[in-house]
Amino acid sequence: MTDTDTMTAQPPASSPVLLQGRGLSMAFGPVEVLHAVDIDVNPGEVHAVLGENGAGKSTLLKLIGGFHAPTAGQIVMAGTPRTFRDSIEAEAAGIVMIHQELSLVPDLTVEENVFLGHEHHRFGFVDTRAQRRATRELLATLKTSIDVTRRVRQLSVSQAQMVEIAKAVSRDVRVLCMDEPTDVLTGRETEVLFELVRRLTADGVAILYVSHKLDEIKTIADRVTILRDGDKIGTFDITDLTPADMARRMVGRDVSDMYPERQSVPEDASVALSLEGVTVPGYAEDVTLSLRRGEVLGVAGLVGAGRTELFEGVIALRPKQGEVHKDGRAVHWRHPEDAKRDGVAYLTEDRKGKGLLLTKGLRENLTLAALERFARPFTDVRKERAALTDAVREFDVRVASLDVPAGALSGGNQQKLVLARLMLTEPDVVILDEPTRGIDVGTKRQIYFYVAELIAKGTAVVLISSELQELLGLAHRVVVMQDGTVTGIVTGDDINEETIMAYATGLRRDTISTPNRLEAGDGAR
Amino acid sequence: MARAEGAPRPVWREQLARVPWQQLTPLLGLVFLLVIGSMLHPAFLSQTNLFNVLTRSAFIGIIAVGGTFVIIAGGIDLSVGSMAAFLAGAMILLMNVLAGNDMAPLTIVLLGVGMVLVAGLLAGATNGLVITRGRIEAFIVTLGTLGIFRSLVTYLADGGTISLNFQVRAVYRPVFFDSFLGIPIPVWVFAIVAILGAILLHRTRFGRYVRAIGSNQEVARYASVRVERIRTLTYVIQGVCVAIAVILYVPRLGSASGSTGILWELEAIAAVIIGGTALKGGYGHIWGTVVGAIMLSLIGNVLNLTTAISEYLNGAVQGLIIIAAVFLQRGRSGR
Repeated sequence: MTDTDTMTAQPPASSPVLLQGRGLSMAFGPVEVLHAVDIDVNPGEVHAVLGENGAGKSTLLKLIGGFHAPTAGQIVMAGTPRTFRDSIEAEAAGIVMIHQELSLVPDLTVEENVFLGHEHHRFGFVDTRAQRRATRELLATLKTSIDVTRRVRQLSVSQAQMVEIAKAVSRDVRVLCMDEPTDVLTGRETEVLFELVRRLTADGVAILYVSHKLDEIKTIADRVTILRDGDKIGTFDITDLTPADMARRMVGRDVSDMYPERQSVPEDASVALSLEGVTVPGYAEDVTLSLRRGEVLGVAGLVGAGRTELFEGVIALRPKQGEVHKDGRAVHWRHPEDAKRDGVAYLTEDRKGKGLLLTKGLRENLTLAALERFARPFTDVRKERAALTDAVREFDVRVASLDVPAGALSGGNQQKLVLARLMLTEPDVVILDEPTRGIDVGTKRQIYFYVAELIAKGTAVVLISSELQELLGLAHRVVVMQDGTVTGIVTGDDINEETIMAYATGLRRDTISTPNRLEAGDGAR
Repeated sequence: MARAEGAPRPVWREQLARVPWQQLTPLLGLVFLLVIGSMLHPAFLSQTNLFNVLTRSAFIGIIAVGGTFVIIAGGIDLSVGSMAAFLAGAMILLMNVLAGNDMAPLTIVLLGVGMVLVAGLLAGATNGLVITRGRIEAFIVTLGTLGIFRSLVTYLADGGTISLNFQVRAVYRPVFFDSFLGIPIPVWVFAIVAILGAILLHRTRFGRYVRAIGSNQEVARYASVRVERIRTLTYVIQGVCVAIAVILYVPRLGSASGSTGILWELEAIAAVIIGGTALKGGYGHIWGTVVGAIMLSLIGNVLNLTTAISEYLNGAVQGLIIIAAVFLQRGRSGR
């Protein structure tokens, strides 16, 4: 392991270093999350920062972007040491950050957002016409056609991300920091983003790029700095590393066995959940599918295909029409609580917005969905604590203290906590919506193995995922949705990227209703 | 001496550093007012005066206990002052009608009390259902019902004052003016309401859900909490608390008019906020609200004892204290 660290790449002597971090350390209270990290960024390069969740990537970016002041160390810009009091000073120096959490104002228009704080003036008034023109041009370079007079609230998440990128590029940028920018982008939008990155680097802009997607980094990055637990493992030329190498260095061990061995669904497994002609107005239309005990049913599709909304409809988080059967019995859930009572649990894709009370403690978050078990009639804090201790152990939630708020956990640990809450309701049908979004390789692997444990116990799992690898690795069958309808259900060897993408983009489309209904009937026998 | 500085800090200092000072701000404010008051007048700390202050804080205090639930759940109820006036007017009218029917005064009072509790529950449920079923902001709905209740009481009183039947009043009077075990009855009621409220908020599922909803409604919904039902119930609790306050208020003056309970909603909200509850919801506690309500009536009491500040400036001092309280507590939520 250690001998590979000598591969550490030196910056080419020819190009002067644009941005340098020297011995950057950061502590929040008594906890140091970044230990004396050195990093140098050359003009015109894409410098990826890799690490598991909690490794300190986002912190490093925030120090460079002026959002935090380092507790030790120095930022050197073009040879001059700089201290940024805030992100505005950093932006003035040409360091612009694209945030992991979108930083747009929902009720302002696209154009107002792009120029927020940098308005063009004419005769003392904001020159809206010039701003609109400039915004349109910017978005055109991003190959995105969004009406610049629309409010950001009305945009899809991926559109908002493109606006965020446009906003960053509209500044006089020398170092562009991107924190997992493609998380919410579709494949095509990611391509457009990469084109833009290449164009920017050709102009000498340096890109600091944080992502969990190793293949993406392999494609776009020139060099990689890997962090683990706040320490720098090393900086490498991308040509010296395979994605497997990167993963190994991030985690500190071999992760070639990401997925558990596939178990087949028992022949006699009964149908746990079936949908018949389910319509969620505006999102999903006439969906029929079924799910057996011990089965992982993958749900694939592009962003906006209606996968999330379909299953939110099923568990009564949204209005729906059509029939749902649980264990062969028709159910009419009017509230998520009804679905919970019938043993169906849903893990939201929006962990921060809908999953966790970020300012509340781990205990309150853990027991929220199953509080009836801890309150008869008065809440039994001791019993809750015991449950938390168990959950922390069972789900390997890594946390310094059990008394921190949920928001203090890293993304992967937050996800484990939400998962633990879900399982506390003792469901036998589990709907996981993007369960590994924005979490690190090691935690992903743990979640995959947990899914395997679940199906071994006879639990039925719906896995909604935009990561095809995940579906390939776990799902017995994959339902593919496009624009609110099921375009195909693939099984066995057909579960491969080409087939799924063909259905997801609408290139292929099966006459779904008949074969699918048959299948539901099949399973019920 | 220099060596002593290098020694570990004494235990008491560590303990002192661990005290959650920001959470204790309301209590410190109360102590501060008590110290000021006792310096101004020797009779200030007398039992009579303190019971007087507590009795007077009971109306606002009881209403504010209900308001604590509403505000922690992320709502607001502006209608409580006029709801109190309306309930008082309706209660007196009912009792007067019953008195005309030759009923025993005690029965009349019991019927009146029962009616006002039901009416308070219904008034709160109306607020809550319109807010949750109609998906209208609480501020708007309760601003509307504020006007409705206020004009209803003016209508019932025909623009004047509704006075309670003399015989009924004689039976009812002790509920406000008498003591039990040396402590005035309103203080008992205030204490019981506060204790029940605290248990409900801090020790039950309902209370946990209220805090979860105020913290992030979506998270609660996705965790299969019945958000609409819980939010509606907070307004029902508020309505019942208003009714209880009215039950204590009617025997005090024996009348109600269009100007009964004016600005009580602001005093109740102020008590909740001074008590450390976050106006945006998610966090708060009943004991803080109790302290807040007592502080508000202490301010008036202290100003009465001194000539340095005119008692007409009562509202200004209260306003300053509200702002100061929120300012001092700001650090807790971390910007």
